[in-house]
Amino acid sequence: MTIINFTPVSAFIGGLVIGLAVMLFFALNGRLIGISGIARNFLNSNNKRFDNFLFLIGLILGPIIYQLFSKEVVSINITNSIYLLGIAGLLVGLGTSIGNGCTSGHGICGISRFSLRSIIATVTFMIVGILIVFVTNLI
Amino acid sequence: MNKITSLIAGIIFGIGLTISEMINPAKVLGFLNLFGGWDPSLAFVMIGALVVTTPFIFIYKKQKPLFAESFSIPQKKDLDNKLIIGAVLFGTGWGLAGLCPGPAISSLALMNISSVIFVVAMFLGFYLSKFLNVQSS
Repeated sequence: MTIINFTPVSAFIGGLVIGLAVMLFFALNGRLIGISGIARNFLNSNNKRFDNFLFLIGLILGPIIYQLFSKEVVSINITNSIYLLGIAGLLVGLGTSIGNGCTSGHGICGISRFSLRSIIATVTFMIVGILIVFVTNLI
Repeated sequence: MNKITSLIAGIIFGIGLTISEMINPAKVLGFLNLFGGWDPSLAFVMIGALVVTTPFIFIYKKQKPLFAESFSIPQKKDLDNKLIIGAVLFGTGWGLAGLCPGPAISSLALMNISSVIFVVAMFLGFYLSKFLNVQSS
């Protein structure tokens, strides 16, 4: 194993900021941040639909506001074909809905409250993700 | 009031994803590439979040939320097949694209067509789970 592109400081600071969002939403709205749940309920449920909508809008505004203040241009690189992206998106939507959580809901909030379900879900999707990357690298 | 705080929490979360570069799928795939050139950054993002959220939630859950009657915390404790099947499907999609729901939605800000396709497909997945009646409660 070789370690590359490691950015521990910005990763840790970004993690603290994500933690701040979780703490605020918990203390103020009494809710945990599970983004798959928020997005799914925005689509499938009338309960707190506008709250969920505003949270999702906030998520999109985040990078824009960051760029305004940091004067830094944020860029991402996605090289996958649109077919692969479509399949991946479908699996993520379906999987997080069946398993009731993603990296935020299970990975951060669930582990924060020592939920066994969330710990098992997180370990499972990480192992599967690692295996998928290992296999796609072979092809 | 909880409308404004929903928006603010979303903004802060999105800024965190941007600072940590988790918005970039290449960074996430670097973490999942454990047997190649490995980028441990994602683990540091989780540690950064957990060091503040773990003690905070533990202490604060005995209080009352400011703009809600009570906390909504998942009560389910039993391990079922749906949890594992869901995590396997999610892990597969995550490993294929390097995108999970938060970063995917945040990355719409960069007006990248790939993000749009992924997010539309993800919402189709949410809808499909309702249609097939397999969504977790």
